[in-house]
Amino acid sequence: MSRLAAGGQVRRDRHISFRFDGRIYQGLEGDTLASALLANGVRLMGRSFKYHRPRGALSAGVEEPNALVQVGQGGRFEPNTRATDLYLYDGLVAQSQNRWPGLALDLGAVNGLISRFIPAGFYYKTFFGGPKAWLVFEHFIRMAAGLGKPPTAPEADAFEHRSAFCDLLVVGAGPAGLAAALQAARAGARVILVEQDRQVGGTLVRDPATIDGQEGLAWAEAAKAEILAAGGRILLRTTAIGYWDHDLVTLVERRVEAGQPPGPDGLSQRLWHVRARRTILATGALERPLLFSGNDLPQVMLSTAVRTWIHRFGVLPGCRAVVLAGDDDAYRTATLLQQAGAQVTLLELRQTATVAGQPFPVLTDVRVLKATGGSGGVRSVEITVKGQRQTLDCDLVAMAGGFSPVVHLHMQAGGALDWSESDGSFRPVSPRQNQICCGAANGTGGLARALAEARSEAAALLTSLGFTPADSAPPWVQSEGTSGPGLPSLPLAAHGPAKTTFVDFQNDVTLSDIDLAWREGYRSVEHLKRYTTLGMATDQGKTSNILGLTQLAALEQRPVPAVGTTTFRPPYTPVTIGALAGAAASGHSAPRRRMPLHDQHLALDPLWQPLGYWDRPRAYPRPGETLHSAALREARATRTTAGLTDVSTLAKFDIQGPDAGAFLERVCATRVRQLAVGRGRYTFMLREDGLVMDDGTVWRLAEDRWLLTSSSGGADRMAAHLSYVRKVLAPDLKVAIANVQEHWAAVACAGPLAASLVAPLLLDGAAPAHMGLGRGVLGGTPLLVLAASYSGERAFEIYVAADQTAGLWRHLADKVQAADGALYGLEALEILRIEKGHVVVGGEIDGRTTPGDLGMGKMLRPGGGYFGAQALQRPALQAPGRAQLVGLEAMGGVIPEGSMLLPSPGAAPEGHVTAAGLRVLQGGSIALGLLRNGEARLGETLLACSPTRGVTTRVLVVPTVFHDPAGERYRG
Amino acid sequence: MLLITCPHCGERAQAEFTYERPVETVIALDAPVEAAIQTLYNRANPRGWSWELWRHTHGCGAWLRLHRHTATHEVAAVALLEAGA
Repeated sequence: MSRLAAGGQVRRDRHISFRFDGRIYQGLEGDTLASALLANGVRLMGRSFKYHRPRGALSAGVEEPNALVQVGQGGRFEPNTRATDLYLYDGLVAQSQNRWPGLALDLGAVNGLISRFIPAGFYYKTFFGGPKAWLVFEHFIRMAAGLGKPPTAPEADAFEHRSAFCDLLVVGAGPAGLAAALQAARAGARVILVEQDRQVGGTLVRDPATIDGQEGLAWAEAAKAEILAAGGRILLRTTAIGYWDHDLVTLVERRVEAGQPPGPDGLSQRLWHVRARRTILATGALERPLLFSGNDLPQVMLSTAVRTWIHRFGVLPGCRAVVLAGDDDAYRTATLLQQAGAQVTLLELRQTATVAGQPFPVLTDVRVLKATGGSGGVRSVEITVKGQRQTLDCDLVAMAGGFSPVVHLHMQAGGALDWSESDGSFRPVSPRQNQICCGAANGTGGLARALAEARSEAAALLTSLGFTPADSAPPWVQSEGTSGPGLPSLPLAAHGPAKTTFVDFQNDVTLSDIDLAWREGYRSVEHLKRYTTLGMATDQGKTSNILGLTQLAALEQRPVPAVGTTTFRPPYTPVTIGALAGAAASGHSAPRRRMPLHDQHLALDPLWQPLGYWDRPRAYPRPGETLHSAALREARATRTTAGLTDVSTLAKFDIQGPDAGAFLERVCATRVRQLAVGRGRYTFMLREDGLVMDDGTVWRLAEDRWLLTSSSGGADRMAAHLSYVRKVLAPDLKVAIANVQEHWAAVACAGPLAASLVAPLLLDGAAPAHMGLGRGVLGGTPLLVLAASYSGERAFEIYVAADQTAGLWRHLADKVQAADGALYGLEALEILRIEKGHVVVGGEIDGRTTPGDLGMGKMLRPGGGYFGAQALQRPALQAPGRAQLVGLEAMGGVIPEGSMLLPSPGAAPEGHVTAAGLRVLQGGSIALGLLRNGEARLGETLLACSPTRGVTTRVLVVPTVFHDPAGERYRG
Repeated sequence: MLLITCPHCGERAQAEFTYERPVETVIALDAPVEAAIQTLYNRANPRGWSWELWRHTHGCGAWLRLHRHTATHEVAAVALLEAGA
């Protein structure tokens, strides 16, 4: 046990048991999983990505690259969770990742022995070995590489989104953030303060200090209380994950820890969208590791992490410690270690240091060659002191490699960076939106300076917003811990074997990988990243990016800023996908709309098919029927007696005004205007590139009033298109458009008996002629009857106010069934339209076909003037050799859906089947297809070949209309 | 997500709006064939300030002209489309 007898901010009276890799351990309330494991003497927490090297916690925070675990079970399972960013709770179950069969004995570690065969860009290189090489290596790579497993159960808990607005958003509740938020709260501004930890304080949590006569954390808690009392909002355990355009910042608030069951509200996480008038980024800085061979061994840690274990968690991670000083901050760590009872040796890596009077031994002019050890942790470091080799036994190495300001949000907001050679870090400059950085995030070192800066920057922002900042004294820092000799942090220098000197711990990228990538010509930082995977995966290079950049700059012999950085993309830390989805998951992601007849259909227990926003009946099977047999029965009834179907979802537009006809001729590519009142016509619309967009019918209800119908799924697109033509292209026309898609429901009655069933509904007792319209009434409800046929039979679409549909449906359903007819669904509709050669959006109208390709070229209105007319003149759309719509008749067998059309076995495909069906009454497989020069190839024999189904059928090219080509049946 | 000030509705989130196209890529119904095809396929795609056509689709439905910087997403002006808007 390495828990100290006293100290730390954990509750020593509250024990929490948890399970790690199957074993039960005890921790304390306030522990993270990592601190509890260290307190239990567990140092090995994970295996590395590529070489399966043993790894422990490198850091004590969100930047952790090594100690990744999978937490929770079933619908709460979450992989790749940082053990350093996971607070203990009762019943926590965590497992290490990327090892088999176990963490201590990992057979994948053999990869480490053959690491010279998996160098930088290994995956890419396998592709050069011919097509077989990847197949050989793929299994091996997939077995060896990877992080956690994906969850398999559906998410158990709820997520929600919330929006908020404020005058000042402060990200980070460290000393700087607290000082800024305090200033805003005192001035009466609306302030939101966000902290990823579950307590305020930031560095005060790990470093003792005295502010305004109080211990640092007590000062932080008092500041928190004052901000809350002034009406400010403080969100703890909440991470600002992205800074977007126009000062939108997204936050993820974790209501519970990963894998933990939520409270009574069932809420696991909340995603906030915050629009702030001003934002202060007090996001602090992350410490960098140092480069030496074996720097990835367990118990080789960041110096700040060591202080966090001791001061925050009361855990002493090692008894014989070596502190590597690349900056002054190392001296604090050495002091704290010594006070906690460890034997400490500080190795000053900076050549110019003159250090005397420290309470612990200090060696100067030191170079670190190598750390040695194993899965139990580091055992010794090999160094040179003034050129003389020496070995120091130890069980802990603390690396103080300097700090990198957390500039992620600043960069996402469009800011720029300025390289500071003395700090070896990028400072944020030139903010583009209303954001500024304060404190360590701004490269400002020292507690007193950070507090003063935050206070004055906040005051300036508040003044710019019209607030009067309170004129109180700045927080007074009496003590901020010991400090070193006042030297700049260490410029990069590595000694010892490069192959085991790790730059990116998470991706197992070593110094030699970077050298190799550079030698192979990857000079750009973006190429280097993709070739070596430096800075990828869950930590996104928080500890490694600067090290990699400086190494590349050294190889290039260019300054670091000239090499540049990779892009800082959101999210700052990994986000559960559920948080992004919020409540819009499963059935709520795209809420289904219900057709007016939904309940009537439901009572018939049909097979459903999603279509646009709706579920529509696909078929109404009787007991023992399959989809196919039911649809065929429904289609046959429609061809022989009568069928009834619900077509309520059709897009419908009521277009009125003296220029309504002129407007329609701008939208539709066919003749419209001379249509007589009381008549309708098939029409289609083009896209701006001349290809067919949609089709439908247009009806002249009165001199100045028209009804346009188009496909159900394309209704929103059509509504937007009509508005564009009306408002942008033809603003002078006197016309008004109303989208009446859901105001009017419609049923279609088709078949030889349809006219006799529908006629009694009409005011004049006579069914309208084909493409004519009539008015009717049922039980006092007005009806509009349009004689349009999609099935090829005599047919009527009967329109009725949406809330009156049930009566009409019941009336006609009774009559149709009494006449031995059938209700039919989408499947029968499809069978009928294929046999009739009608095209459909998404089938033959596939975004690649012109009117000419679909055999509708003759319907185009001469003279143009309609949307898309000009582009239709493009040579490519007029050239010979285009695919044209044809009918296909099977010469034995069945034509496979979606098959390709070949002239002979093995030949290049010359077309494809767009829809396969059958002759409804006679039987026999038929299809529609698009075939190169199809119109000129009637009578030709082809092969319809579907390699995925393993079916090839001989087909004859025939005209597209299989049923009643003369059109006698629908005219009645 | 942009914050767009609709002349009718005030400041609204971009999610309420639909982007249509740069104003200069509108092809008039009576545009000559060659010019129409040029506009359709050879666009400037400027890095910088651009006048664009947007619509407050999930709000008042108005068509708008937006002066937007394509790299920084700053919006300098929002105006109703003049005639017929």
